[in-house]
Amino acid sequence: MSELNQEISQEKSQTVLSPTKSVKLRISRSNPEVNSEERFDEFVIPVEKYTTVLDAILNVKSHLDHSVAVRYSCRQASCGSCGMKINGKPALACFTKVVELNTDTITVEPMDNFPIVRDLAVNFTRMFNNHKKIMPYVVREDSEIKPDTGVKEILQTPEDVDKYIQFSSCIKCGLCNSACPTMAMDTSFVGPQALAQAYRYIADTRDKGKDNRLKIIDDSHGIWRCHFAGSCSQVCPKGVDPAMGIQLLRSYLLGLRD
Amino acid sequence: MEKENKAKEGIKGWINPAKYGKFGIERFAWILMRITGLGLLAYFIGHIYETSHILDGKAVWDASLEMTQTTEGHIFLAIVIGMCVYHTGNGIRLMLGQMGYGLGKPGRPDYPYKPKSLNMKGKACIYATIGVAALAMWYGMAVMFG
Repeated sequence: MSELNQEISQEKSQTVLSPTKSVKLRISRSNPEVNSEERFDEFVIPVEKYTTVLDAILNVKSHLDHSVAVRYSCRQASCGSCGMKINGKPALACFTKVVELNTDTITVEPMDNFPIVRDLAVNFTRMFNNHKKIMPYVVREDSEIKPDTGVKEILQTPEDVDKYIQFSSCIKCGLCNSACPTMAMDTSFVGPQALAQAYRYIADTRDKGKDNRLKIIDDSHGIWRCHFAGSCSQVCPKGVDPAMGIQLLRSYLLGLRD
Repeated sequence: MEKENKAKEGIKGWINPAKYGKFGIERFAWILMRITGLGLLAYFIGHIYETSHILDGKAVWDASLEMTQTTEGHIFLAIVIGMCVYHTGNGIRLMLGQMGYGLGKPGRPDYPYKPKSLNMKGKACIYATIGVAALAMWYGMAVMFG
């Protein structure tokens, strides 16, 4: 526990901040509805110790250019709306402090492998469709609690919960799909987000939909397209570790798990 | 459909060297696996073509064998050895992972959320495979160059 606290308290920044500290923020600007051009607009933004990249972008919107398109909501890494490439790596803008980047120039771009709506906002339709496809809910006929029939809660041990709990932390931010090299080539690939969710429900002892889910992902654009590059897990802001879920899911298909 | 296609990175998503600093050794292992796979496929096709010369008589067969008896030929064969060893070693690591071995156990994630599947065991396997491939290339060259 003390080791964990030590890690939490570690500040990644090596930047010594002065009251006048500022950074150059380069924002990718594009509008596919109008033309295919992409340009970078540059803004100089004052930053403080806890300024996040999202704060910096909103500063631009408030004071310098209101037309910058960015999707955000909760500002606390819970809603999964503000995913973008920050200095080339997919990350949540609200979860990335400017000083942690240890650079005076920050480049923000829309996530790869998603259609761009405008500037930093991308279209999540395909990801959500793939998510829905794998039936992201507990499947069982007696799931309704009916006191008259004697059906009550479905009990699970802490060990049962541990099998899937990390995968239920997914906030559907799309960072894993953006980092995935298979998504870079195959737009029909179901993607690490949906595959990790398929594992989440299959590993749940309350669920009875395993066979149907396995049929859905055992497809030419399904689970076998993953080659364990691990980039999805590398960028996940919630510790979901989709790469682990995908490999464990494969062991079901290989008949090594029941 | 046109917009959808523009949304994917394409081959840039594979070969962009900037990716490898940001995504770790596992991503480097992945691209090396791809390159060695393609290289071995090309070698396999070339090898079938070369050995088919045996049907054209001894003189043609000897001449085709001579192609690899040069400095460039030896270097080429050393690269083939390296590709073979790396692809085999890393392939075994991936197969074990796909069977669920060496990934760690799922559990409640704690900040700062280090992914268990990208653990030191896996990284050590990648470094060891690269090391063994380099050693095999060095040994192959030592034999070929005498």
